Amino acid sequence: MLENSFGPVPLQAYLIVAAFLFCTGVWGLINSRNAVRVLMSIELMLNAVNINLMSFSSYIDGSVIRGQVFSIFVITVAAAEAAVGLAILLSLYRNRVTIDMESFNLLKW
Amino acid sequence: MNIAYSTELICFLILSAVIVSGSLAVVLLENIVYSAFLLGGVFMAVAGLYLLLNASFVAAAQILVYVGAVNVLILFAIMLVNNKEKLKPIKGLKTRKFISGGVCGGLLILLLRVSITTKWNLPGPTSIGEEATERIGEHLFTDYLLPFELASILLLMAMIGAIVLARRDVSIPPAYINDLNNQKSLSDKKIPLLSENTIK
Repeated sequence: MLENSFGPVPLQAYLIVAAFLFCTGVWGLINSRNAVRVLMSIELMLNAVNINLMSFSSYIDGSVIRGQVFSIFVITVAAAEAAVGLAILLSLYRNRVTIDMESFNLLKW
Repeated sequence: MNIAYSTELICFLILSAVIVSGSLAVVLLENIVYSAFLLGGVFMAVAGLYLLLNASFVAAAQILVYVGAVNVLILFAIMLVNNKEKLKPIKGLKTRKFISGGVCGGLLILLLRVSITTKWNLPGPTSIGEEATERIGEHLFTDYLLPFELASILLLMAMIGAIVLARRDVSIPPAYINDLNNQKSLSDKKIPLLSENTIK
């Protein structure tokens, strides 16, 4: 059925799942009006990238696994980004009393 | 096809179904609290995919960091800012959704085509399986030592930055807080975002 020794799931299946997750995240990032949902969409996109890194690391780079190290760094940066993003959101909410993305136009020219 | 193969296949199918439907629900559901809990489900399903890929350490890190920290943080943020506000209708919102849906669908088709038609260099070297945790430790303390230390500095900066940004006295005077009508109130009245005593 399949030529590799990695079981029944091919590499492409993981890539397809990751691509779908990424596109869902992009759509949510563009169309969400709730600022918390925008942050959630960013987390979805980061997870899609992590799935790609992990599947390549397991299927193509199985002896050195650089992809796993990279995904650990991505997880670290995502945690920092979530903390700072939600702090910015709280500070915006105190100033504007809304979390509608369309009303954050303080920097618009 | 023996039982291990079929078990792995069934696990993958269930996990990917959870990921796909959960991510769609996160983006599309109206109630943001449901979205946050479903986001936790998506994170756990992604950790399950990592387990299928022989990466138990990264799966544990995913559960700890995403489900344990990021998702709880998002839930706290929802509780702090959730006031059931009525969003003002914007004209052209439907068109915007359709156009961005078309763009994202095109991106999806492009990614699928690339991932299916590319001749990946398979099969690669044999996977080291459960030795992966030790190998990650070796990587982190030899050739990836500098990024590792930079990540610790980044986490420290993020922690201090989050504390400074979310502090209570980083705020405008209470007389102007409910000024929703005039969007330019901050810039017109020359109120500094940081009050004087926080700068010192």
